[in-house]
Amino acid sequence: MIKTDILIIGAGPTGLFAVFEAGLLQLKCHLIDALPQPGGQLAEIYPKKPIYDIPGFPEVLAGELVDNLMEQIRPFQPGFTLGERAETLEKMDDGTFVVTTSEGTRHQAPIVAIAGGLGSFEPRKPLLDNLEDYEDKGVAYMIRDPESYRGKRVLIAGGGDSALDWSIYLAEIASELILVHRRNEFRGALDSVEKVQDLKDRGKIRLLTPAEVVALEGEGALERVVVRKMTEPAEDIRVELDAFIPLFGLSPKLGPISSWGLEIEKNAIRVDNTLDYQTNIPGIYAIGDVNTYPGKLKLILCGFHEATLMCQSAYQRIHPGKKYVMKYTTVGGIHGFDGSKKEAPKAVVKTIE
Amino acid sequence: MSDILIRIRDREGKLHEVDASTDMNMNLMEVVRSYELAPEGTIGICGGIAMCASCQCYICSDHPLPEKTEDEEAMLSEAFYVNDKSRLGCQIRITEDLHGLEVELAPEGA
Repeated sequence: MIKTDILIIGAGPTGLFAVFEAGLLQLKCHLIDALPQPGGQLAEIYPKKPIYDIPGFPEVLAGELVDNLMEQIRPFQPGFTLGERAETLEKMDDGTFVVTTSEGTRHQAPIVAIAGGLGSFEPRKPLLDNLEDYEDKGVAYMIRDPESYRGKRVLIAGGGDSALDWSIYLAEIASELILVHRRNEFRGALDSVEKVQDLKDRGKIRLLTPAEVVALEGEGALERVVVRKMTEPAEDIRVELDAFIPLFGLSPKLGPISSWGLEIEKNAIRVDNTLDYQTNIPGIYAIGDVNTYPGKLKLILCGFHEATLMCQSAYQRIHPGKKYVMKYTTVGGIHGFDGSKKEAPKAVVKTIE
Repeated sequence: MSDILIRIRDREGKLHEVDASTDMNMNLMEVVRSYELAPEGTIGICGGIAMCASCQCYICSDHPLPEKTEDEEAMLSEAFYVNDKSRLGCQIRITEDLHGLEVELAPEGA
């Protein structure tokens, strides 16, 4: 069981900044995110896009903002459970909460802060009739263990970075690798496109473009797929294979959070914006894009503000009645849980003769 | 004149006639959101940078539209329910020559 003061669900910018504000109050945080890396949408959807409305940053790339936040919170040693989706929430007799992930990892904390954005990212599934029948029987939307494809015949569908990168990786492992995409053009890093070209020229990757998978066949498990070439739709190709990996990106879904007994409105969690962004369940807060209240704006800078007020409220819940006033970092500096210290340099006092 | 009329068929098939401003640098996805013609969180997920296809729509009238950019083209090639009339709403700026535009929203999950 992982124990912490504030359990944050969602490692996007709002969740990350909450670690900083909590740290100033000597509260420890642990974050859970369904994605394998921190940063949420910024890292997953648009790491290379510039953002212009972060106060004090005329322009910052989304990926850089995530790196900066990670650097800013490092002294407060946040824990991370990445690549696992927060699945269930239980309230314990002592008033704490236990959140269990899709992989069964359990976390306990007196405060839960949901900073889930638009929800957890789920793979986008192509529209094929019996797709779900073959899930885990030849069809996979994520590659957890590349070695399991050794010596197998693999077909990857998609035209973005992940389709290219996994094709390159698996070309050396699989006995046969076919890449199917609806266009001849791929959207990915130039380096990846060139590598796929090279692997194709050397016969390591078979490229089927412009084409798409239109049907799946097999008794009990996937045995072959039907590929339709856009240029010769009459002559469908049947490809015998062991694995079909459609990689069409991810899309966020509110998911299990919606059945935790929280008040949901417009795919978001209703909170008290006059006070501390607490939900209808005391001890559970919702901050950032995942919450809603009159006048709500889904902006990173609003998420930062919400995280800050949430932490003050969480402190009061954890230490009821304790007298405290907020301290500016210019005054108090940063005292990391790792023993690190940052503070303003002392002014030099010296007589001028 | 700063408002134009747009006819939008939502995902349930209901037709809406809405006024859209031409002076606020709005795009079609934002018009749909401003009238809440699709639930929040199901449209404009990436914010309007052609990095998701949640604002995919079908253009049913023959108004002159901006050419698809490389990004829009690439995104549509990975989207679902795509046909010849498919566009990403976030890439269509509201201008006066779109008066009377007829649009149908693509299904959720496109």
